[in-house]
Amino acid sequence: MTDPVLRIENLTVEIRTRTGVAPVIDDLSFRVDTGRTLALVGESGCGKSMTALAIMGLLPRGIGRIVRGSILLGAEDLATTSPARMRSIRGNEIGMIFQEPMTSLNPVYSVGEQISEVLRAHQGMGRKAAWSMAIELLDAVHIPNPSLRVSDYPFQMSGGQRQRVMIAIALACRPRVLIADEPTTALDVTVQAQIFDLLKDLQRDTGTAIILITHDMGAVTEMADEMIVMYAGRMAEAGPVEAVISRPRHPYTRGLISCVPHLGAIVDDDRPLLTEIPGIVPGLGQFGQDRCLFASRCELSDSHCRSARPAAYAITDGHSAACWQAGGAA
Amino acid sequence: MTDMANHDATTTPRPRHPAVEAFEMFTRNLSAIVGLVLLMLIILGAFLGPMLYPTDPFEMVWAPFTPPGQEGFLLGTDYLGRDLLAALLNGARVTLLVGASAALLSVCIGVTVGALSGYYSGFVEEALMRVTEFFQVLPTLLFCMVIVALFGTSLHMIVLAIGVVSWTGVARIARSEVMRIKQLEYVLAARASGATHSQIILFTILPNAMPPIIVQATLMVGSAILFEASLSFLGLTDPNVVSWGQVIGANRQYILDSSFAVTIPGLAIFVTVLAISLIGDGLNDALNPKLRRR
Repeated sequence: MTDPVLRIENLTVEIRTRTGVAPVIDDLSFRVDTGRTLALVGESGCGKSMTALAIMGLLPRGIGRIVRGSILLGAEDLATTSPARMRSIRGNEIGMIFQEPMTSLNPVYSVGEQISEVLRAHQGMGRKAAWSMAIELLDAVHIPNPSLRVSDYPFQMSGGQRQRVMIAIALACRPRVLIADEPTTALDVTVQAQIFDLLKDLQRDTGTAIILITHDMGAVTEMADEMIVMYAGRMAEAGPVEAVISRPRHPYTRGLISCVPHLGAIVDDDRPLLTEIPGIVPGLGQFGQDRCLFASRCELSDSHCRSARPAAYAITDGHSAACWQAGGAA
Repeated sequence: MTDMANHDATTTPRPRHPAVEAFEMFTRNLSAIVGLVLLMLIILGAFLGPMLYPTDPFEMVWAPFTPPGQEGFLLGTDYLGRDLLAALLNGARVTLLVGASAALLSVCIGVTVGALSGYYSGFVEEALMRVTEFFQVLPTLLFCMVIVALFGTSLHMIVLAIGVVSWTGVARIARSEVMRIKQLEYVLAARASGATHSQIILFTILPNAMPPIIVQATLMVGSAILFEASLSFLGLTDPNVVSWGQVIGANRQYILDSSFAVTIPGLAIFVTVLAISLIGDGLNDALNPKLRRR
């Protein structure tokens, strides 16, 4: 294995709520390697986006803070680095793209200005060099007629095109890590596939490690090499995508996978059209308790699950699940 | 490539720039155009008038209170026998300049205070909003008079006084816009690409917050002119320059005998402020289409 470009170790992030302090990310560890894609999967409120914000150093001020653990980019710990250093890392060494391409571009600047702004800020490029680089980048993300479209405003582009522009901005400085927070959720299915293809192509060219945040299992199988299933701020199951999808060991992972409709699958009593996981993600107030937080929704849970937090149980090399039942339920 | 571009341009109508749409909406608004034409005429009169009609507004030219139209004086003469038309033309420049620069000053103060208090939460916001409230509850004209009375009646001081008492409205508008915009995703995206807080306030948030501020600034030119007129009426004015309010103030004792000397500059103020209000309303309709009354 190569050296990881980003290594998260025992990261714990607390946020302040009206009722008290809740660990919205609880003892999370993972690593991403150059040229690889890691997917963070889970329902809303599982701490996926918080993980992204923690890596970017953009946790809401006064509300969220890193209490333990480290975020190592190479040898540098982002959890303790200075705000000025963090600003030069953001956009330069870690890029980010967002869920909502319709609102994540500034409406008063042309896309060319927005791309060249990043280049000028981080790479010290001149106005002209940055502008022609912006045209090249638009070409790289497959925008037709890049030399004309470069002076377009965001409202003159479709959602898919805007997301391509966001990708161009995020990858402009060839960052070591790209965080994609639900990059295709707001797009048509056909456009989704194009965006994923584009990301894969660009990853092959630049070697950028991608952290893909999603709740879409289809996106995971299409894009990712490794995956982490998160539940209530904790790692539920982690491992290579192939292993986790084909042999899920955590009941939550199994539930998530069975929620995905399968075109052409045989629908019978064993495999109904769609299944659901009963219940909802626990409220923030229950985060961090010393028990399995999924127990209340889990049909396998017993008294052990409700009295102690399950530790990660290694199944095979790299594949692990945090479940008391994972050992026996094979 | 070129063929494809032409093809695109002809088949799909590209959305037009919002500024272009706003401009067209403004030009279709009859009352706004009337206001714009009136204001243009007044500005022309203010800057060309003194050249075309070079009578000194401070010089006694005829008997006091010559009624308009008599003895060759289109608007008559005031209580010292000075030509009212000359006073009106020369006063227009002072009135407009004081109005515009006082409005500009209060927009600068208001936007700065509003943007900072909207962007930063916590102590900065609390402190700035308390200061804003302090200025908001002061009786504005009285405060204005105190400043001018204490520090002198030069034009600079009058502009400063008007600016200092009238920025709170802009500050509140700017604050609410900044608070709305700072939660939008493109601000987070700007932070994620490494922008500093000051870059985000100046180049990401403020350009998007401008439309309502522009409208407010326009309307404030009108209210600054009224402020200046009120101060001049009360005698708090630079005695070395003519302004419309000053003409009214000087002739106010004789309002019952020769009302024209007060009415004419009063009408000039009325028409100017009306024109500015019409433009402001037109801008409001054009820049904030969602708020338009139907």
